[in-house]
Amino acid sequence: MTASQETVFLQGHIIDSLILAKVLDTILMMGGTFDLQDVKIGATRDAPSQARIVVRAPSSRVLGEILRAIQPHGAAIEREEDCRFEPAPAAGVFPDQFYATTHLPTQIRLDGEWVEVEGLEMDLGICVDPAKARARTVPMGAVTAGELIVTGRDGIRVTPLARPTERDVFGFMESVVSSERPHQPVIADIAQRMQKLRAWHRQGHAGAKVLLAGGPAIVHAGGRDALAWLVDQGYVQVLFCGNALAAHDMEAGLYGTSLGYGLAAGRSVPHGHEHHLRTINRIRAIGSIQEAVRSGVVADGIMAACVRRDVKMVMAGTIRDDGPLPGVLTDSMEAQQAMRAEIHGVGLALLVASTLHAIATGNLLPATIPTVCVDVNPAVPTKLADRGSFQAVGLVMDAASFLIELARELGWRP
Amino acid sequence: MSRLLVCRPDYFQIDYEINPWMRRTNAVDPARAIGQWQALMDVLVHDVGAGLEQMRPVQGLPDMVFTANAGVVVGRRALVSRFRYPERQREEAYFERWFREQGYEVLTLDKNLYFEGAGDLLGFPDTWFGGYRQRSDIQAFPRLSEIFQREIIPLELIDTRFYHLDTCFCPLSGGEVLYFPSAFDSYGQAAIAQRLPEDRRLVVPEEEALRFACNAVCIGKQVVIPAACPRTTQLLESRGYRTYAVQLDEFMKSGGAAKCLTLALD
Ligand SMILES: NC(=[NH2+])NCCC[C@H](N)C(=O)O
Repeated sequence: MTASQETVFLQGHIIDSLILAKVLDTILMMGGTFDLQDVKIGATRDAPSQARIVVRAPSSRVLGEILRAIQPHGAAIEREEDCRFEPAPAAGVFPDQFYATTHLPTQIRLDGEWVEVEGLEMDLGICVDPAKARARTVPMGAVTAGELIVTGRDGIRVTPLARPTERDVFGFMESVVSSERPHQPVIADIAQRMQKLRAWHRQGHAGAKVLLAGGPAIVHAGGRDALAWLVDQGYVQVLFCGNALAAHDMEAGLYGTSLGYGLAAGRSVPHGHEHHLRTINRIRAIGSIQEAVRSGVVADGIMAACVRRDVKMVMAGTIRDDGPLPGVLTDSMEAQQAMRAEIHGVGLALLVASTLHAIATGNLLPATIPTVCVDVNPAVPTKLADRGSFQAVGLVMDAASFLIELARELGWRP
Repeated sequence: MSRLLVCRPDYFQIDYEINPWMRRTNAVDPARAIGQWQALMDVLVHDVGAGLEQMRPVQGLPDMVFTANAGVVVGRRALVSRFRYPERQREEAYFERWFREQGYEVLTLDKNLYFEGAGDLLGFPDTWFGGYRQRSDIQAFPRLSEIFQREIIPLELIDTRFYHLDTCFCPLSGGEVLYFPSAFDSYGQAAIAQRLPEDRRLVVPEEEALRFACNAVCIGKQVVIPAACPRTTQLLESRGYRTYAVQLDEFMKSGGAAKCLTLALD
C-alpha cells in the first residue's frame, strides 16, 4: 500500500514563479496524489519558500514517471535516513526521545528497507528487532529493559488513510450523523457490512470479526433482546464491556429487572435495587458466567448468547464495581492487554452507549478499522471522529433503538 | 559608466552543435564575424558610451566570444558559470582566471549544478528571473538568491530555439521587458504577468524573436539590437528608447547576438 510513495523537497521562489503549482499539477495530471507538508512561505520577497511533498502513485512505475517529470523543476528526492533507536533504560520506561505512534499505518526504515510496524495503535512506542527486520508497537508499561525503541522522527513514515473504495457510509468524510438526520440509511449500510463480514468469517477469512463494546444502557433502554439475537445469529465475535452490562443483563434474566426497574412494566419493583447485587452474588457462588449459562441458571440474554456462541469477552472493571462478577479484570493494565489481544482480526467495531469503553476501544483500534460509535451524547462520537479517520461513523441516538433497528435490518422479527 | 566584458572572435567558428542554430556545415566567415563584432563594439563605445574590458580569446574555445555566459557579476563578486555541455566547460577556467586577475571575489556553485551565467539570469534591480531546463538547473537559483540576496523567479524555457533566457527575455532600464511569450509555458507566462503589468510587457513577434530581437543590450535609455527587427525597434522607440541596429548574422549561426557577446560588470 505504501510502496509507491516518495518524499520530495522543493525550495526557492516557488510560489510567485508558480513552480510549486506546476509540480503539484504535474503530479495530479500523471495520476498521482500528493500531501503537502511543512510549507514555509518566505517572509519577504527575497526570502525563499520551501515545501516538502509526499508523492503517491498507484504503482511504482507511475511513481517513477512522476518523479522524473518533476525533478527538472527542482523537486529533489529527500535523502531518507534509517530510523534511530535506543535501548529502553529500564523495564516500563522508554528512552527519552521515544517516538509515539499514531493509529495510522506506519513504516520505519531499517538498513535501507521500509518495514511495516505491526500492532498498530496510537500512543505506544515502536520496538525493533534489527536482526529480523521487524518492528511492533509496545505499550510503555510492557517494555522490558534493553529492548530497542525507535527515537526521533527520521526514518519513520505514516500513511494517511486512503478513502475507502466501498461506497457506503464509511466512505464519507462527514462522520458524525446528528440526531436530526435520518439514521436508517446509515444503519442499513452497517447491516450490509455485518452480513458481508459474517459470510467472510464463516469462510475462515481473517479480519472479519465484529467487535461490540457496550455499556449497561443497552439493557436499561431495552436493547437486550436485539443484541442477544445479533450474537446468536453470529454477527458478533468479540464483546468488550464492564461489570455493569453483564450484571444487568443477567439480572434481567433472573429477576426481570434492570437496576431494580421492571423491564416489562417499567416501574420500580420493591427491593428491586438489590437485584443486581443478588445476581452478582449468585454468579460468584457458581464460579463463572460460563458455568451459570451451561448449568441453565442464566438461560437468556446477552451473556447467555455470548457463552453459547463462544464470543470472546473482555470485561474490564472500574473503581466502584459491585462484586465484581467472576471474569472481570480488575487490573486495568491487564484488561488493556486482554482487549489489545482480541482486537486482532476485527473488521468492524461497534461502540455502543459507553463513553468509557468506547473511548478506550477507539484508542486501541488502528484507523484502518471501520468504527461505528453510537451514543445519545454527541460528545462521544465527536471525540472519536476527531481521530481523523475516514472510517469512523458517529450516530447520535440511543443504544436500544440502534440495536433494534440494526437487528431488524438483519432479519430479526421479535 | 557601464563596463562590459567582451572577447574578440579570433577563434570563433562552428566546431560542434549544442543548440538548434548551430550547424557545422554552416561555416562562419571569419572576416565578416570580426567586422560585425567590431561594429558592435563601436556602437557600444561611441554611441552608447559603455566601457569595454577585453579578455584574450583562446584557440579551440570558439564560444568564448559569448562572455554573457562567463558568470554573473555583482559589485566586486563574480560567480563563475558551470556549463552543461563539455564543449564549453573548458572555458570556465579562463573566465575564472580573468575574474581573479581583476581582483573579483570569485564564487562557485556546487559542482553538480549547471548554471550558464548572465545568459540565464536577468532582471531588474531587485527581482531577477532565471531561465532553466535547457542549460541551467533550477536548483542553482535558490543558492544564487541566497548569495546575492535577490528574489529569483525561475522560468522554464520550453522551446529549444530559445535555450538561454537572454534569447527570449530582455529587461529594460525603465522597468519594461522585451520578450517572446511562447518561449515560456503558461506558468512562466503567468509568473511574468504577475510581476509586470501589461503596459510593461513588450511582446516581440515570432519572426523577430527568431532574429534575436530579445538578445539586446540596454544601457540607460539606449538599446542595441540585432538588425532587421522593425517591430521591436518601433516598440522600443514608442517607450522612449533610442535604438541602434547592428548586423550580427555571423554570430546567429552559433545561436547568439548582441547581448550574448557582452557581460555587464557592474
Ligand atoms: N547568452 C547566450 N545566449 N549565449 C549564446 C551562446 C551560444 C553558444 N553557441 C552556446 O550554445 O552555448
